[in-house]
Amino acid sequence: MDMSPSRTYLRSLCLLLTVPWTAGLCRAQETDTCVVCHGVLDPPYQVTSEQFSRDIHSQKGLTCAACHGGDPTRTDMDAMSKSAGFRGRIARSQIPALCGSCHSDANSMRKYNPSLRTDQLSQYRTSIHGKRLVQGDSKVAVCTDCHGVHDLRPAADAASNVNPLNIAKTCSRCHANADYMKEYSIPTDQFTKYGTSVHREALNVRGDLSAPTCTTCHGNHGAAPPGVATVQNICSNCHVFQAQLFSKSPHQEAFNAARLPGCVTCHSNHAVLHPGDQNVGTGAEAFCTNCHVAGDAGSVTAKKLHQNLAQLEASIKDSDQVLAKAESSGMEVSGARLELDQARDSLTKARVSVHSFQLGPVEQDIQNGLKVSARTMQAGNEALGEREFRRKGLAISLIFILATMFGLYLLIRQIEHTTNEEQT
Amino acid sequence: MPDVKLIAHIRGWVDERFGLQELAGSLKKKTVPHHKLSYWYFFGGITLFLFGIQVCTGILLLLYYRPSAGEAFESVQYIMTRVQFGWLIRSIHSWAANLMILMVFLHMFSVLFLRAYRKPRELTWISGMILLLLALGFGFSGYLLPWNTLAFFATKVGTEIAGQVPVAGHRMMVFLRGGEDVTGATLTRFFGFHVAVLPGLTTLLILLHLALVQKLGISVPPSVETQWKQNPRIARQMKFFPNFFLREAIAWYLALGVLAAMAAIYPWGLGTKADPFSPAPAGIKPEWYFMFMFQTLKFIPSKVIFIDGEVLGILLFGLAGGIWVLLPFIDNGVRRFGRRIVVGAGVFAVCYIVALTIHGYVAK
Repeated sequence: MDMSPSRTYLRSLCLLLTVPWTAGLCRAQETDTCVVCHGVLDPPYQVTSEQFSRDIHSQKGLTCAACHGGDPTRTDMDAMSKSAGFRGRIARSQIPALCGSCHSDANSMRKYNPSLRTDQLSQYRTSIHGKRLVQGDSKVAVCTDCHGVHDLRPAADAASNVNPLNIAKTCSRCHANADYMKEYSIPTDQFTKYGTSVHREALNVRGDLSAPTCTTCHGNHGAAPPGVATVQNICSNCHVFQAQLFSKSPHQEAFNAARLPGCVTCHSNHAVLHPGDQNVGTGAEAFCTNCHVAGDAGSVTAKKLHQNLAQLEASIKDSDQVLAKAESSGMEVSGARLELDQARDSLTKARVSVHSFQLGPVEQDIQNGLKVSARTMQAGNEALGEREFRRKGLAISLIFILATMFGLYLLIRQIEHTTNEEQT
Repeated sequence: MPDVKLIAHIRGWVDERFGLQELAGSLKKKTVPHHKLSYWYFFGGITLFLFGIQVCTGILLLLYYRPSAGEAFESVQYIMTRVQFGWLIRSIHSWAANLMILMVFLHMFSVLFLRAYRKPRELTWISGMILLLLALGFGFSGYLLPWNTLAFFATKVGTEIAGQVPVAGHRMMVFLRGGEDVTGATLTRFFGFHVAVLPGLTTLLILLHLALVQKLGISVPPSVETQWKQNPRIARQMKFFPNFFLREAIAWYLALGVLAAMAAIYPWGLGTKADPFSPAPAGIKPEWYFMFMFQTLKFIPSKVIFIDGEVLGILLFGLAGGIWVLLPFIDNGVRRFGRRIVVGAGVFAVCYIVALTIHGYVAK
């Protein structure tokens, strides 16, 4: 917000007049005098006491002077004098070093949070952001861009910019801004793509805080794009078995030769969609057809893999329908339902085994699943048979009950008829 | 024939000791009023029949049921899936419980609207009221026994409400739960109430209730009584045995048919095993016969003047229950308006219970 010079002078005069009075109050309350003035200034100089009270540093007892210097106990403008050690506004290029002066010092940090890491600054210096900052690029992210300033919250706080739920949005403030990123010649669609991914759904929709966000793959303080050779290592942090199977598969060597970046070749990077059985085989959505052509060995294997997966899925579905029908009829099939989960586990295992790109391991999992689903199907059919038996039993019982009721009715009539005749 | 002689000998032996001939003689002589409203009196007999069903099926369930938090659910599951006709016994026990409470309510309201509680049958009414409370106690304690999720949380809510009773509420809650929380101790305690305390008390009360009915006879509705007084020739009596008994038997067979159909077509579900550490599932509702009370407590604001809403609700229900028990004395004591007060209270109670029960199931 622009201010005219006359308004600025007027505001400064007011401040000079009010500082001694308000400062007197502050002394009485032993508060940080900086916020007395900065609380009523316009942005970017404004820092209200309410805002600063939310800051983790404030909560740990640090005052403005810890970063900006000066003497917060003084009530006059000399509080911001050079003799009082006032550093004023911190230049962007100096921010990492200033934060690191405490956060890289294990002795300092031990007093406040002994479990907090102290390698942020050294990591930052290895990051693209840190390297470019040293080269004089002040547009790159420094600590305060991500963590905020004056109301900085710990990462565990859901309102923090660096909470896992908010990190993608925080990164996108720069990385999704095409104008801001123009000179770096890197894409700006990562955030949009990530928004469509299964990872974002897991994190933001299902609230699974272990699901990956930007920093999970790129690092946080040491943020850098992973190279082609390391992508697989990054995914394997979570997808351990898939990575192990892939590394032993024939694809590993072929991908290395073609300099293809492992996992993301099929699954993409930021826009990792929920994989399905349709992605295996020779269908329209199959990843395999990106490289394999109809009739080659890989294509034949892919087709069989797909058929195996489809067979078990259909078998589970059929079994589930029979059990649901029995259950809706009031039959107790919870044991079979529980057992059917084992078949689902086998299907999940087979889907993981697909990353070996060999029929043997997949078929073994599929056969295990098929045996279980056959047993549960039998249990479901037996339950439906039992239901029919009960209904037939009911029908016979009702016939007997109705016949008895009718017999009793006739008996009453006969008794009363005889009684009436006797009375007559 | 020697067999006939043997039977006659045994009968004579038993009769010599128990006086069965005398009892049979009085039964043969016993008559009941016969009029167009006689059928309303069958509900009491049906309730008795269903209580008998409950006793028989309950004893059969006891052969396999295990009253502990670790085994209760599994034992009921075993009864439902492995025990020969276990599903039938358990489903009939559950359906008969609900049908019995419905019959108790119908019996109570038919007695109320036919004014069968009039002098000298006040004690029959009061013993019936206590039997109603015992039936509700059976329902509440039996509901927990399968130890499934719904039952666990419904019991938690139910005992919490009991804990709101002024003065003795907390102690009562701790007594019911066997501690501060609903645990395995609560299950064991409820099992004790369900299979020992309540059946014992109920049997005694039923005997008293029947003795009073036997002693005072079945009431004749006032409208019929007036007609009979005006024209004694149209007054009709029916022999209790076999005429009334056979009619009652038809009603019992009807109840048996309904029970069999419900058990075969809608076997009583088991749900999932209770997990005390899991959050309460959404939409916890009590059994239908507690629904109107539950809904009332939901409608009362949390604070009414200075009284806690739940406490106020409990006090109001306590007051209403007290007045309900005293209705025969109000009818007999208040000369001009007594009858109107009772009928008005009855109509209001029916409308209130039906409306709030429906609302409880329909409203989200």
